[in-house]
Amino acid sequence: MSKAKLKRMGLFASVILVIILIGGVMLGINARERQNKETDALSQIKQTHVMRWGVKCDTRLFGLISPKTEQSEGFDVDIARAITKQIAKDNHTHIKSEFTPVTTNSKIQLLKNKQVDAVAASMTITPERAKIVDFSKPYFPAGQSILVKKNSGIKNIKDLNNSKSTVIGVMGTTALETTKKFAPKAHLIAMPDNSQAFSALESAQGQAMTTDNAILYGFTQQSNNVEVVGKPFTNQPYGLGVDKGQTQLNNAVNKALAEIIKDGTYNRLIKKWFSNIPGLDWRDLTK
Amino acid sequence: MINIFMQNWQTILNGFWITILSSLIGLGGSLLLGTIFALMELAPNKILKFIGNAFVEFFRNIPLLVITLFFYVVVAKDFKISGFWAGTIGLILYTSAFVAECIRGGINSVDEGQMEGARANGLTYTQAMIHIVLPQGFKLAIPSLGNQFINLVKNSSILSFVAGFDLMYQANVISGANLDPFNTYIIVGIFYLIITGLLSTVMRQIEDRLGKGRLQ
Repeated sequence: MSKAKLKRMGLFASVILVIILIGGVMLGINARERQNKETDALSQIKQTHVMRWGVKCDTRLFGLISPKTEQSEGFDVDIARAITKQIAKDNHTHIKSEFTPVTTNSKIQLLKNKQVDAVAASMTITPERAKIVDFSKPYFPAGQSILVKKNSGIKNIKDLNNSKSTVIGVMGTTALETTKKFAPKAHLIAMPDNSQAFSALESAQGQAMTTDNAILYGFTQQSNNVEVVGKPFTNQPYGLGVDKGQTQLNNAVNKALAEIIKDGTYNRLIKKWFSNIPGLDWRDLTK
Repeated sequence: MINIFMQNWQTILNGFWITILSSLIGLGGSLLLGTIFALMELAPNKILKFIGNAFVEFFRNIPLLVITLFFYVVVAKDFKISGFWAGTIGLILYTSAFVAECIRGGINSVDEGQMEGARANGLTYTQAMIHIVLPQGFKLAIPSLGNQFINLVKNSSILSFVAGFDLMYQANVISGANLDPFNTYIIVGIFYLIITGLLSTVMRQIEDRLGKGRLQ
């Protein structure tokens, strides 16, 4: 083939490639929009008798994969189960709860993609998130704290406000943004999930790990050489999340939540998970 | 999409720079290490040969993520090592195993007569290898090396797992804040395309230029 002919073919091929690329992106956007216009999640749950929850798999006390059952176990998981049961009772049907592991980074995406109906994943209620998902009433009173190695000399977040300190957080959480307010001079690094953030703290990649106190207390149970120091410096209650616009499902979740608080199931679960943690009084958490 | 870029252009460009830096260090490092280990693999000395083979088989068959996390979490207990360096060292070791195989392939395709002729003219094995055989082998290895370097650039996203502040890390941070991963990742994809596109062009040009020399 002559050189000019080759050149023309190359040009032609690249034009076709660009068209395919643009077409692909358009198709993707289209499919996404179509997905967003789907039907009511609550009626779908009632129809299929399955409620799909997104729960954590790396967070002790809330949702941690148990090696024995290979299922997530924790307060979030139990709350999700109790709420599913209550919704089934309210609607006089039976609903099975199904659990999908999520990370702090992926929980909202899975909800938006309709891969789960609701999320119980130690998720703080924030105005930014409330723009794209609907939150239930708060179900757990969390606050941000710091976890440090024992004998580190760090007493509270203010001790970290210098350029020599590095604070480790988790990607997709609000904790790092908040840390910027309380310790603006500290370096911040984000790890993909809680366990990796904890490994980073143990290998001295930073002086402190920050996230919600309840999660940090889980790590003190796991390891003897770390401690939670200082009082929580924020008030960031957790909420259960459903996709934006699923008002009926959200109402059903809220109703069920109120009912399990009233009949004592909630307090029983709080006692089950938080009654033997050093430095934390579970009675403060009951409702 | 343009909105996201306008709001975060500083963060994105920072990440872009770190990705380029890590890729460049990785490219230089893996080319050097890869060449050394390729020569060791081909060496007549049995011990050198064993070390070369062991290195290549070891790092070629372990996931990059495992190597990187090893440096970030395990090695960091004794030596202070940042996420950037943990990721970059991981990249160098991992890629150099593949580079070594490319260069070994290149050297193997050089006609045996070249070595024999050089030896007959009084050069030692080392001299013949470095001055006669290796340059020709290199030329033959360039197309497959280009492949490895493009892989290297893409693999540099491993830095995001160890807080290396690269493009992918910044994308995760941005999408964690604006909760719009769809558009954020498209932007980041475009930036990766810029690097790899440039790299492909450069590699092809080198190939062309050296290819012309070979035809004579």
